[in-house]
Amino acid sequence: MNELPQQLANGLILGAMYGLIAIGYTMVYGIVQLINFAHGEIFMVGGFGALSVYLALPTGTSLILALPIMLIGGIAVSVLVGVAAERFAYRPLRGAPRLAPLITAIGLSIALQQAIWKWYPGGNKARVFPQFKGHSFDILGATVQRGDLFVLIAAPACMIALGFFVSKTRSGRAMQATAQDRDTAKLMGINTDRIIVLAFAIGAAFAGVAAVAYGLRTGEVQFRMGFIMGLKAFTAAVLGGIGNIYGAMLGGVVLGVAESLATAYIEEIPGMQQFGGGAWKDVWAFVLLILVLLLRPQGLLGERVADRA
Amino acid sequence: MTALLEVEDLRVAYGKIEAVKGISFTVEAGQVVTLIGTNGAGKTTTLRTLSGLLKPLAGKITFDGQPLNGVPAHKIVERGLAHSPEGRRLFPRLTIAENLQLGAFLRKDTAGIEEDIQRIYDLFPILGERRKQASGTLSGGEQQMLAMGRALMSRPKLLMLDEPSMGLSPIMMQKIMETIEELRTQGMTILLVEQNAQAALSLADQGHVMEIGKVVLSDSGETLLHDESVRKAYLGED
Ligand SMILES: Nc1ncnc2c1ncn2[C@@H]1O[C@H](COP(=O)(O)OP(=O)(O)OP(=O)(O)O)[C@@H](O)[C@H]1O
Ligand SMILES: [Mg+2]
Repeated sequence: MNELPQQLANGLILGAMYGLIAIGYTMVYGIVQLINFAHGEIFMVGGFGALSVYLALPTGTSLILALPIMLIGGIAVSVLVGVAAERFAYRPLRGAPRLAPLITAIGLSIALQQAIWKWYPGGNKARVFPQFKGHSFDILGATVQRGDLFVLIAAPACMIALGFFVSKTRSGRAMQATAQDRDTAKLMGINTDRIIVLAFAIGAAFAGVAAVAYGLRTGEVQFRMGFIMGLKAFTAAVLGGIGNIYGAMLGGVVLGVAESLATAYIEEIPGMQQFGGGAWKDVWAFVLLILVLLLRPQGLLGERVADRA
Repeated sequence: MTALLEVEDLRVAYGKIEAVKGISFTVEAGQVVTLIGTNGAGKTTTLRTLSGLLKPLAGKITFDGQPLNGVPAHKIVERGLAHSPEGRRLFPRLTIAENLQLGAFLRKDTAGIEEDIQRIYDLFPILGERRKQASGTLSGGEQQMLAMGRALMSRPKLLMLDEPSMGLSPIMMQKIMETIEELRTQGMTILLVEQNAQAALSLADQGHVMEIGKVVLSDSGETLLHDESVRKAYLGED
C-alpha cells in the first residue's frame, strides 16, 4: 500500500478537493480583501444539500443517475448560503475595520455548524453518504476508488471553465477589473456589487462540488467537516498565492501530495519514527505553510504586493 | 440655453472634515472648463462626487437635464459622464487593449468599439504598437494617454480629466495639452482639473480657482491667466 504511485494518487485526490475549496477563499479575497472564514461551512452545507437530494430520490436510484442531481443540490445549497452570507453578513460591514467581518465570519461558521447539528435529521452525528459500488481502478500503479474518479474529473473541468470565464467573458473581464481597482471599475460602468456576489457564488459552487467529492470519498458528511477542510483549503490558497485562481488549485495539489507523502515516508527518516502516520498529517500541512510564508510570502504563483497596487 | 453640467452649492465631507464647502459652477456643451487650485483644495473630491464615487453632503448636480444625486457610480458613465481619475488608475495587469475595451464596457456596438480603439491608436500611435502590453509596465506618459483613451471609449458627453499632466516631462505634458486642444476642436466638452495653471488656463473657456473647499475666483481662462492674484498664487510670479 505504501508505494509511491499510491501515495501520489491519494495526495492528488485530496489536493484536488482542497483546491476546489481554496478557489472560494482566493476569489473573495482577490476582490474584497476579505478572508471568508465561514467558507468551510459553506462547503459543509453543500454536502448536506447533496445528501438531502439523494434521500429525496426514490430508493434504489442508481448513484450514477443520482449524482448530477445531487451535484446540483449541493451547489445550490452552498451558493444560497454563500450569497446570503455576502448580502446579509459581509456587505453591511464593508468599510468597517477588518476585524469586524472576521469575527462575523467566525460567528457565521459556528451558527452554520450548530444549525446542521440541531436541525438536520441525525445531524448531530455523521450521516452516511452514498457510495459507488464495484471494483476500483488501477491507474499507473495506483488503486483509485470509483468515487474518487469524480474529483479527478470535476476539478480540472471546473478549472478550465473558470479560466475561460475569467479571461474570455465580459463578466470575467469585469471581475478582473474589480479585483485590480474597484472604484475605477465603477467608473467603467461595472456594477461592482454584482461582481462581488458573483465571486461569492462561484466560490460557493466550487465548494459544493468539493463537498460531493468529500462525501463520495469518505462515505459520510458531518457538521464539523468544514473546519479542518476549510483550514487546509485556506492554507492551499495562501500557499498558491492568495488572489490567484490557478495558485489555489496548485496550492491544493501541492498540499495534498505533501501531506500524503509526509504521512507515508517521514517515519522512514532515521530519528523521525514518532512523527509518521496519519496523526501528524495536519502538522505537516501547516509546517509546509509556515515554510512557504517564510521563504516565499507571496505564495507560489502570487505576485509581490508592490506589483498588485 | 441650459448648461450640460450644473453644480449648485455642492458640499462633500470625509467623516467630519468638509473638503468641499459649497461650490457652484456650470459647464456648457463644447466648453473646456478648468478647476485650478493648490493641493488639498478639493478638486479631486469634486470630480469623484460628480462621478458618484463620493456621496455629497448637500447640493445639486444636474447633468444633461437630469439630476445626478443618488445615481450610483456605475450608472453615471451611462449618462455620458466619463472620468479619467487622478493618478491614472489603470488596470495594471490588463493590457492596453483590454483597458480600452473596459472603457467601452457598457457599449454593445462591437464594430464601433473597434473603430474607436483604432482612433485612439491613431491619436497615440505608441499605444497601438504596445496593445498587448500590460498597462502597469507603461511609462507615466503612456499611462496618461491610455487613461484618457479609456475615458473616451465610453463616447462621453463630458470628459473629466484629473491632473492629466501630473508627473510628466514637459514634452509629454505638451502632447497631452495638444490632445485636449484637439478634442476640443472636435467638439468634446471637458472639465479639466490641473495643477499646471498656466497650461490649463491657456486652454480653458472658463476657469474656477479653488481654495480650501471653495471657489474663490471664476472668470474666463484668458482673464484669469492675466489676473494678478492668480499669477502670484499659481504661476509662481511675484
Ligand atoms: N479619502 C480621504 N479621507 C479623508 N480626507 C480626504 C480624503 N481624500 C481627500 N481628503 C482631504 O480632502 C481635502 C481635499 O482633497 P482633494 O484630493 O479633493 O484635493 P485636490 O484639490 O484634488 O488636491 P491635489 O491638487 O493635491 O490633488 C484635503 O484636505 C484632503 O486631505
Ligand atoms: Mg487632486
